[in-house]
Amino acid sequence: MTAALNPVTRTRTARLPQSGSDRLAGWLAWLSCVFLLVFLGLPLAAILGKALQDKSGAYVGLKNFGGLFDAHFAYLLTNSVTVSLATTAVVIPLAYGFAAALMRSEMPFKGVFRMLALIPLLAPSLLPGISLVYLFGNQGVLKSWMGDGSIYGPIGIVLGEIFYTFPHALMILLTALSLADARLYEAATSLGAGRVRQFLTVTLPSVRYGLISAAMLVFTLVITDFGVPKIVGGRYDILAVEIYKQVIGQQHFGLGSVYGLFLLLPAVLSWLVDRFVQRKQKALLTARAQPLVPRRHLPTDTIAVLFCALVCAWLILMLGMSVAAAFIKQWPYNLAPSLGHFDFDNMDGGGWLAYRNSLKLALGTALVGGLLVFVGAYWVEKIRTAPVARTVTGFLAVLPMAVPGMVLGLGYIFFFNAPGNPLNVLYGTMALLVLCTTVHYYSTAHLTAVTALKQLDGEFEHVAASLKVPFWTTLRRVTLPICLPAVLEIARYFFVSAMTTVSAVIFLYTPDTVLSSVAVLNMDDAGDTAAAAAMATVVVATSAVICLIFGGASWLALRRTQGWRKH
Amino acid sequence: MNRILEQALNEGQTVNQPGVGVPDALSLNQINKSFGSFNALNDINLNVKKGEFVCLLGPSGCGKTTLLRIIAGLESANAGQIVMLGRDVTLQPAAKRDYGIVFQSYALFPNLTVAENIAYGLKGRSQDKQTRVRDLLALIGLSGIETKFPGQLSGGQQQRVALARALATSPGLLLLDEPLSALDARVREHLRREIRALQQRLGITTIMVTHDQEEALTMADRIVVMNHGHIEQIGTPDDIYAMPQSRFVAEFVGRANWLAGEVQPHGTVRIGDTQLWVNKLPPLLEGRTVTLFIRPEAVVLHAHWQGGENTMLAHLGGVESLGGFCRVSLIVPAMNNLTLIADVSRTELATLNLQAGQRVPVSLPPHALRVFTDEAQVKA
Repeated sequence: MTAALNPVTRTRTARLPQSGSDRLAGWLAWLSCVFLLVFLGLPLAAILGKALQDKSGAYVGLKNFGGLFDAHFAYLLTNSVTVSLATTAVVIPLAYGFAAALMRSEMPFKGVFRMLALIPLLAPSLLPGISLVYLFGNQGVLKSWMGDGSIYGPIGIVLGEIFYTFPHALMILLTALSLADARLYEAATSLGAGRVRQFLTVTLPSVRYGLISAAMLVFTLVITDFGVPKIVGGRYDILAVEIYKQVIGQQHFGLGSVYGLFLLLPAVLSWLVDRFVQRKQKALLTARAQPLVPRRHLPTDTIAVLFCALVCAWLILMLGMSVAAAFIKQWPYNLAPSLGHFDFDNMDGGGWLAYRNSLKLALGTALVGGLLVFVGAYWVEKIRTAPVARTVTGFLAVLPMAVPGMVLGLGYIFFFNAPGNPLNVLYGTMALLVLCTTVHYYSTAHLTAVTALKQLDGEFEHVAASLKVPFWTTLRRVTLPICLPAVLEIARYFFVSAMTTVSAVIFLYTPDTVLSSVAVLNMDDAGDTAAAAAMATVVVATSAVICLIFGGASWLALRRTQGWRKH
Repeated sequence: MNRILEQALNEGQTVNQPGVGVPDALSLNQINKSFGSFNALNDINLNVKKGEFVCLLGPSGCGKTTLLRIIAGLESANAGQIVMLGRDVTLQPAAKRDYGIVFQSYALFPNLTVAENIAYGLKGRSQDKQTRVRDLLALIGLSGIETKFPGQLSGGQQQRVALARALATSPGLLLLDEPLSALDARVREHLRREIRALQQRLGITTIMVTHDQEEALTMADRIVVMNHGHIEQIGTPDDIYAMPQSRFVAEFVGRANWLAGEVQPHGTVRIGDTQLWVNKLPPLLEGRTVTLFIRPEAVVLHAHWQGGENTMLAHLGGVESLGGFCRVSLIVPAMNNLTLIADVSRTELATLNLQAGQRVPVSLPPHALRVFTDEAQVKA
């Protein structure tokens, strides 16, 4: 009846009316989206383009893809898959044992063990290679342990990769094991199930997704890593190193691209599996689950301590060997302590400039990456305008997880070095290295930011709109302060990653922008292993100090700005 | 769908002409909203007078929250017009509409103090802000908690702070989205009265979404009962309870007995072997099947058989205690063993002195019986 009195009705699409600040947010969301398109999407597309060209740049169709069917490729692939599978087979039980000891036993020193287990994250993947050379190489301390075998080859690669991938697997398994529902164990016990049966029927099903994720991640990390095999691979050629040789050594971009695209396969596969698994895992734990509190059990706790101590001792040995080698005059002939190997300026490889550059890169990535990632995640999670930009950003943000660093680096040379590209000015600059590293490690940082933002009530923005407060005020006064711990964590992650990365930047540095991890590689290549060990030591020390500084800063920031959390 | 016949009978009388010259605080004209192929709201028309407290009541998924969000500009309608105080705000963003909102989760900023939360939307000198915050805290009866963080407050206190924040900018319209459902029963009852008293004192036009019929009945000037994206009925709490216009409203608000029967030539309805007299039975329905409705408290039990209109004998099924009153179930042999429920006060029950399996005389007063039929049949 009232309708008849008010005939003024319009039919239209349900588009939300926007205020000025809504529109601004939409534009900025598009900016984030364009950034990822230009610095991730286009370089990846450039690889595809290059894969269709021969050495001189002429279009050759799918000819380069023929390289995937010859005997040499089969040999490379077999080698790569062999070491990747072998590493996975060792690391997963090792990391599971360690994670279980941390989560499911009442052993002492948990904090120390947990910290020590993350040591490998502070080092470039070249460091375990160098340590292995000193331990088991031709003049190694423990050469006799190798018998007739040689560390240069698959054994060395696998040992080095175990060190490099251990903390990555451990973190996933820790998360998986933390999702335990004590009620299930109580039910199993009350039904008379023994420890073995409980493990098979309760524990294993609840961590199986974590195990799958961890295994896929380790496999991908190994098959795409080139740091360890570059140092201790010897004549055992693998795919990742071959790309480096094809591109840097022979300037054969076409074949390098084809190999690079092939390396995308395991990475993309593991990424898809992981996304599937994450969804499954979320459903496993209901909101009413009771956290599992491990009980004291002397035999279990003793075994746990011994196991963890053993693993940590090995990790420390691997790190310590390089550090020790860095401070010894001439292994094994003159064992006097010396700082001579730190005299980088009088050596090939870039000198202390490389270290200063690495610091610049790390600081730049922490700042730029931290800002870009947090702001990008903010648009994706918290605004209502620009839905297309937000969807595309959300997808592109998790894509780098599936792109090996080498492939990204290749894409960057092809795209930014292309004549006629207006962004060519960036080529060879520190700025490009910063952006490349940001994109390389974007996914993990993005997911950290999204997790933090998701914990905020979705109605905050609506309340602010009803109070006529623009989004930037709420971002500054509420969102950012609450997410400060996550922001610091993202910055720390970027810093350490930029300090240790080799794979993407190896294709992008110039003599002016040489980095310390690259210097490690070059000095080792030049036969100056001790200097390489010294530089690796400097990188580890810097990463460790930065972690401590960030730890302190987080603590202070928490005390100053997060007082409200205590109540 | 059933619809009360009375609407057909009283056509023309129920249209309420709003006061001339004073624009409605809010009027919604033919609001439609769909999510994909799902129609969340169908042709919603609603006028809210200045100072009125209106409740949107309905089961979850009926579209009431969507409607509130459309009013707030947090959701957009596919079609329709929204007018606030004579100003068409259909195409205005949330920030350009004049309202304050309180969410179920309160959405208080956890890192800001109570004072900072309340002053969040205020502009101007900090002294003025402080004064305003102090006044608002006094208004909600929580003076002196300026420097506390939301995490240090109880749920009810947080709720009132959220209310103060929504009121701080003196908006023309207050929107409440299930504001009490996260609280426990005792606090909820207390806050119902508080919010209602505050609303009346400030004279602020208020729209509240709730699925709790008791909340709607005790707080609202008018209730809008919604179901499947339609408005089923708009009326005062008394109207909604005593004169539900559809079977859905009758069932959603309060309990009811439903008796299927056939209309007889001389103005009664036959159920089994019983003829029931019904007030206002339209003559056009002779021979048709209808459903009679009566509230449990309208069913009268007698200690002794006295006969009279609509009175019959029933077997006592059981007595269920519900605190202040008792719910008695009765089986009526003369109505095909139909089960009736009757709500009886404890004192009344004591005077009746009922024994298990006993036969009880029961009356269904004609004025309390309402006739429902299929909408299609009314039109035919």
